[in-house]
Amino acid sequence: MRHLLSAADLSREEAVQLLDVAEQMVGTQQREIKKLPALRGRTVVNLFFEDSTRTRISFEAAAKRLSADVITFSAKGSSVSKGESLKDTALTLEAMGADAVVVRHPASGAPHRLARAGWTRSAVLNAGDGTHEHPTQALLDAFTLRRHLVGGGGPATGADLAGLRVGIVGDVLHSRVARSDVLLLHTLGAQVTLVAPPTLLPVGVESWPCRVSYDLDAALEGLDAVMALRVQLERMDAAFFPSAREYSRRYGLDARRLALLPEHAVLLHPGPMNRGLEITAEAADGARSRIVEQVSNGVAVRMAALYLLLAGEDA
Amino acid sequence: MTDTQTAHVLRGARPLGAEPVDLVLRDGRIAEVVPAGTADAAGARVVDADGLVALPGLVDLHTHLREPGREDAETVESGTRAAARGGFTAVHAMANTAPVADTAGVVEQVWRLGRAAGWVDVRPVGAVTIGLEGQRLAELGAMADSAAGVRVFSDDGKCVHDAVLMRRALEYVKAFDGVVAQHAQEPRLTEGAQMHEGPVSGVLGLRGWPAVAEEAIIARDVLLAAHVGSRLHVCHVSTAGSVELIRWAKARGTDVTAEVTPHHLLLTDELVRGYDPVYKVNPPLRSAEDVQALREAVADGTIDAVATDHAPHPVEDKDCEWAAAAMGMTGLETALSVVQHALVEPGHLDWAGVARVMSVAPARIGRVGDQGRALSAGEPGNVVLVDPAARWTVDPAAMATRGRNSPFAGRELPGAVVATFWRGHATVLDGALAQPRRSGAPGDPAGSGGDPWSG
Repeated sequence: MRHLLSAADLSREEAVQLLDVAEQMVGTQQREIKKLPALRGRTVVNLFFEDSTRTRISFEAAAKRLSADVITFSAKGSSVSKGESLKDTALTLEAMGADAVVVRHPASGAPHRLARAGWTRSAVLNAGDGTHEHPTQALLDAFTLRRHLVGGGGPATGADLAGLRVGIVGDVLHSRVARSDVLLLHTLGAQVTLVAPPTLLPVGVESWPCRVSYDLDAALEGLDAVMALRVQLERMDAAFFPSAREYSRRYGLDARRLALLPEHAVLLHPGPMNRGLEITAEAADGARSRIVEQVSNGVAVRMAALYLLLAGEDA
Repeated sequence: MTDTQTAHVLRGARPLGAEPVDLVLRDGRIAEVVPAGTADAAGARVVDADGLVALPGLVDLHTHLREPGREDAETVESGTRAAARGGFTAVHAMANTAPVADTAGVVEQVWRLGRAAGWVDVRPVGAVTIGLEGQRLAELGAMADSAAGVRVFSDDGKCVHDAVLMRRALEYVKAFDGVVAQHAQEPRLTEGAQMHEGPVSGVLGLRGWPAVAEEAIIARDVLLAAHVGSRLHVCHVSTAGSVELIRWAKARGTDVTAEVTPHHLLLTDELVRGYDPVYKVNPPLRSAEDVQALREAVADGTIDAVATDHAPHPVEDKDCEWAAAAMGMTGLETALSVVQHALVEPGHLDWAGVARVMSVAPARIGRVGDQGRALSAGEPGNVVLVDPAARWTVDPAAMATRGRNSPFAGRELPGAVVATFWRGHATVLDGALAQPRRSGAPGDPAGSGGDPWSG
């Protein structure tokens, strides 16, 4: 694995291996001394052209716990059309000797350009690009699902997600999380159903490896897991849906809807949540919720991704 | 002694791909067409045209020369050099310059720069609305009456989306036999659009430019043109649905013509998957089904012309992330090769058909009187010699245009321009640029009201 740009870059074997390595990382995080020497002397640059405190902190923690030198470059505002170009930033990082660049960018495909335009030799890890993909989020979702639905709360080393039924509800059109989740969960054998109002589904979604439904209540039946996507209120102004109240009524996850799920089913959300819009507080804080655990699993999964990208050949 | 005075004997050329003849160019005209090997070459330069196809000089309806304002991207000089190398003898220079070509002063400036450069006829296109802003009509009549003799009006790059304004423009240009060339793009449906809306845009997370945004405007405009009895030209048609609408309008007698770009005849939105902005263009690359429909539409005459939409950009405007990149592709130096590859080799067109879509029809649409003519004695000496057997690999760095943004870079294409003659003068010989032509040389058209050669 040279770069991690899209969840589609991962074969089933690679994805399972990455989840297994993440389990080992979780094991090390139970120890008193959490730091591993694996990436000592390597430099990881966090290049964030967009605000994302939680993803940035997660990657920083992951790289530091592997003993990498971490440089964080928050370039919000110098994104599209103003300030230093992506190319010049890349050349600067190259000159500083970055081994890996973790990039978050508002433009879809920016990590692809970074990896392929010949500006840098660093490994590129996509930490979310525009409305395209967010592969490490999909990995932490898969990791969380595997732990709870395959491993009974613990490691399920070597296993994939074959046969699991996962619903993803909300603004699929603008969601990089949904795109990566569909690709990765399908690769791992799960059956994904996207649920959204037709306005928030991309043209061509019927060619994706998943099912599509407009009816949340009908889709919930028999799901092993359901994930709510963040909905931005400004979408309302562009007529994607009439009002927040109507959205919540038709597509919000609340206690009544969660009660339609089987006993073992879990609830995920990539965060940050709009409580009261796509998810009620009662649902988010309820017994099925694995939302807080997703965050801690994020660090383990990102440790695994960095480790496999930078030390994979030696492993 | 200038090259302009030189007579040329094109020995053994195949006019429109037919049996070989000798073409004699003298005093700016085709002086004689005689059986191959029989022309008297005394005092003339002989060009060995054995195996070469002779076509009337190509006429581009849609070229961005960028001057004035973006001389970092292209100049009239560099753009017309590229045109000559591509086999063109006339180009229509689009109006989206800075300042916009929306007054007689700017179109005359562009026209004069073209004349001074001496590589092709530069026919300025006038803006339909002041500043391309879609609010008020530009002084179309003043541009028509200027030395530039403008006949084609376009806000290209922007759509004349206001239905009343479009109606008025269509009506108004009837007074001087003008044509409105519409960039058909419904603006609200394409806000922030990055690529063709379809399965690929959905996967890539790039905002879509739906086919309906083009088709809705074309549908409205053909109805408007029929209603007011005017002449409409549709720029860079890119979808199968647009083809259907134009076919329907022509069948009911509407005076509508249409062009397609070489890139829309060959490339699809699948190329966007790598996010390389060299494939970013407006209208966007469409699906394989659209490409097929466009090819068939050229073959059956629904689409009248191939026009390059040559759009050079500086390197920094393409060497960036997709969303930040400029839209557009160069095309002058690859157009004929792409047409041979996409239309001739699959059997959609013969060489007479190529002459029709790249010279005769565009000259007629643009009202360029002495271009797009037959290759017979007495006609203007606008001839391009093409080697259909040649194959070459596209290298943007080797082009005459300043733009390096060719989507065909690295591709092997058939067909090479061996020589271009503009009014009997060789602008290209042996596949390389020769000398520019001085104005006032033999072959300049006789003076008339809007005659560009009297100024």
